Amino acid sequence: MSKSIQLHFELPGNDLNLAGEASSKVKKTLNQLGLKPAVVKKTAVAMYEAEINAIIHASGGTLTATIDQESIVVVVRDQGPGIADLELAMQEGYSTASEKIRKMGFGAGMGLPNMKRHADLLEIESAVGQGTLVTITVFL
Amino acid sequence: MKVRKIAQILEARIEVEGSSLDLEIEAVCGADLMSDVMAFAKDHVLLLTGLVSPQVIRTAEMLDIKAVVLVRGKKPDTNMLRMAEEKGITLLSTKESMFTACGKLYCMGLTKRGIRD
Repeated sequence: MSKSIQLHFELPGNDLNLAGEASSKVKKTLNQLGLKPAVVKKTAVAMYEAEINAIIHASGGTLTATIDQESIVVVVRDQGPGIADLELAMQEGYSTASEKIRKMGFGAGMGLPNMKRHADLLEIESAVGQGTLVTITVFL
Repeated sequence: MKVRKIAQILEARIEVEGSSLDLEIEAVCGADLMSDVMAFAKDHVLLLTGLVSPQVIRTAEMLDIKAVVLVRGKKPDTNMLRMAEEKGITLLSTKESMFTACGKLYCMGLTKRGIRD
């Protein structure tokens, strides 16, 4: 790879069936670039959880993936309610998800811990009432 | 064990053939919670689930899971069918309960855990 590649997506907040569409496209690009399967999978899981979160908790947002010679950086930004207590939200099993979200197989309080488990670096900036910015880094 | 054989054991209906019914499966993961699947599933497992949602197929795609079985007689909706076809994921449905489906596969030699310890 001679230069960096950037992919940008708007995440629609009104159609749960589309949740994961952006992650799917990024994953396809990562595979096309011939990156190691383990790297692709780590990135896929972490960004999919982040995408789902933006759609179910914040009515959508944006997802930007940047790939260069050293790393994959996925930034998911939303203007949702924000996370009041990040330490609590990072605990496995803690969830504020609705019944609708649980019926999709999510909302078990595993999203943020899953991101942490799969990302090499995970940064979360959040302010109540303003939104959340999640940065996932996976080294190649 | 081949997906084709699994379909026979579970008397499953082939809803979407996917990329291959000759795919070899070594381990199985049974779960309704997709976040658990993402947290713990190993590579190339068969996923048994009672959840009907396109997110099942999406989760399978993210984890390179090539075959999914819906248990308890659940039928895939059109979104799920379309997505499985697009992604080349085999989708089966069986009348067996989760417990019995897992038990039958286990008895036939598919004994490896599909999740990490």
